[in-house]
Amino acid sequence: MNRALSGALRIALGAAATGAVMAASGAALAADPIKIGVIAEAQAIAGASIPQAAQLAADEINAKGGVDGRKIEIIGYDNHSSSADSVRAFQRAVNEDKVNAVIASYISEVVLALEPWASRLKTPFITPGAASNEISKSVHADYEKNKYTFHGYLTSAALALSVCDAAKDLLVDRMHMKSAVIMSEDAAWTKPLDVGYEECLPKIGLKVLDHIRFSPDTTDFTPIFNKIEGSKPDVIITGISHVGVQPTVQWKNQQVPIPMFGISSQATNETFGKDTNQAAEGVLYQGVSGPGVAVTPKSVPFAENFKKKYGNYPSYAGYTAYDEVYYIADAVKRAGSTDADKLVDALEKTDWEGTIGRVQFYGKDDPFTHSIKYGKGLITGLMLQWQDGKQIAVWPKDVAKVDVKFPSFIKLSN
Amino acid sequence: MRAFQILIDGFAISALYALGATGFTLIFGVSGVLNLSHGAIMVAAAVAAWAAASILGVGTYAGALIGVAVALLTAFATYFAVVKPIQDSRRIPNEEKEIFVLTGTLLWGIMIQELIAYFFTNNAKTVLPIVEGVVEILGVRTPKNEIFTAIVCCLVIALLWLLVNRTRTGKAVLAASMNPRGVTLLGLELTNIYIVVWAIYGILAGIAGVLLGMFLGVSSYSVGPLTASAFSIVVLGGLGSVSGSLIAAFVVGYLETLTAYLVSPAYRTIPALLLLVFVMYIRPQGLLGRR
Repeated sequence: MNRALSGALRIALGAAATGAVMAASGAALAADPIKIGVIAEAQAIAGASIPQAAQLAADEINAKGGVDGRKIEIIGYDNHSSSADSVRAFQRAVNEDKVNAVIASYISEVVLALEPWASRLKTPFITPGAASNEISKSVHADYEKNKYTFHGYLTSAALALSVCDAAKDLLVDRMHMKSAVIMSEDAAWTKPLDVGYEECLPKIGLKVLDHIRFSPDTTDFTPIFNKIEGSKPDVIITGISHVGVQPTVQWKNQQVPIPMFGISSQATNETFGKDTNQAAEGVLYQGVSGPGVAVTPKSVPFAENFKKKYGNYPSYAGYTAYDEVYYIADAVKRAGSTDADKLVDALEKTDWEGTIGRVQFYGKDDPFTHSIKYGKGLITGLMLQWQDGKQIAVWPKDVAKVDVKFPSFIKLSN
Repeated sequence: MRAFQILIDGFAISALYALGATGFTLIFGVSGVLNLSHGAIMVAAAVAAWAAASILGVGTYAGALIGVAVALLTAFATYFAVVKPIQDSRRIPNEEKEIFVLTGTLLWGIMIQELIAYFFTNNAKTVLPIVEGVVEILGVRTPKNEIFTAIVCCLVIALLWLLVNRTRTGKAVLAASMNPRGVTLLGLELTNIYIVVWAIYGILAGIAGVLLGMFLGVSSYSVGPLTASAFSIVVLGGLGSVSGSLIAAFVVGYLETLTAYLVSPAYRTIPALLLLVFVMYIRPQGLLGRR
């Protein structure tokens, strides 16, 4: 009992002492670095680009003298794709490493687990790759509490719109397709995505014949493709992120004669080609940017520099993470401080031309508060296709270089 | 049409399960070791084959061979670095050695899994199939690779049968599984027999891993499920019984395929696990268990 008491006393004393030291150091903050914690799935195909791109952005900003003389420091944490690890990393980032802002994760479940922690620890937090509508809906529902969270990637609702916009031009108008089957993994981000698909596909003239949700643990996709073929659709509309390599390779090995079109996060990373032994050939996927695609003047130089430094082109979350470091730095500059509330105010006023388009956030009154705005002149997304081992933009027209083409086993019905 | 589809797909997956489980049960039968790093060894083989073929560009055949070689080396490493030191230890009481081997191989498997994730990411990898393309069998569009997988599995299992039943070494292995003490009394070194068994095991796990990599693809996440599936097949068939494992592999393979096609791919593994629980109730020694 006594020992426990003295232990508690010691901790309290220690905390007080640390507090005193912190208060003292607060005065000499001017040249301290701006610390950004980056919590990401360093071992996953889509997540690996996040810390790499963030570091690249920080290096560039620092090479130009930093923000008002303050350097950007990236502190990375590998979360092993786990929510629990992410929460611990977030606590450590804020409480021990004293970060000013956090960039984290492409997995919606992880981001939804971190969101309350951003509120509790009052730390600005942006996700470069999660899509669930719930992220920004929570900000809208309780703004004062959750205003620290920003959604630096399109919501599932916007993703579904982006896919439908592209499908209308490419599949319906050009190839006269009439029907589709939705194939998506069972995860938080695909629930609103599927709702979006179900709503917008019929509107553009694609009848939804079937809707297959499968477990992300699935390894054998034969029965799924078999079922899809049974309903004879013109196209498979995908919503996959946790899986990617296996369905793609089996699609090719089994020569499923129906094209795949939609969200396929793993396909956004250049390493996907090697991982699938080029089975990705012909796969159409939605992206916010891509190698060689000049969405803005910043897109191509970033992708090339990234490849020079890390050996491959980034995944979609690499582009967003890179932009995020820049607009966090920009917000710090405008706020003139790293104070959390001032930083949130400044981030809300973001108007930043990044690699994925023009980044602005929806306001307090929009249902998707703090999510990036979707639309022409802002961010519209692209449709890319794997052709001859490369990722090539096929939509929209102003950036598309080539036509859609499919491997020989694809049988177009029209 | 659908019946044929189930018949064909089920056969390929069952043959693959059978191959994976055979080595696992052999090791247990002969040396009493339940090797919980089984899945890790299979994944190591597949990832090595993928890396050799896709990163080093050595070609499909050489890649597959490298995969099997890596499995063989990993199996030896498992035996010499983990299993043997525990078996030889004087500080661990004999009755606790089984638990130590279980824990040791489990941790070893996790180490291999994390190493693979660290160096090659946790994303799924697929080995380029040795034969590509599809053929129509009874109206079912079947990848040639699937047929190849089934044929190789059956061939390897047949070879194993010949080895065990028709060669001197094989007979010694068989004898060791029946009565280890008797074998030593006959003047055979038990350790040598163990080395032979671990070599056979490594090759079997390697071939199964590479074929799985070609057929469905593997990732570092597959380690746990692969060990679990081999374990449940072997328990269902009767620990240590090779023919029991073969039967169990086909029961599980077809049960999973039927569920995936007729119910939902999401519930694929559930009926097989329920069957396992049921069999444990009425026949704890498994289908062909000896006790």
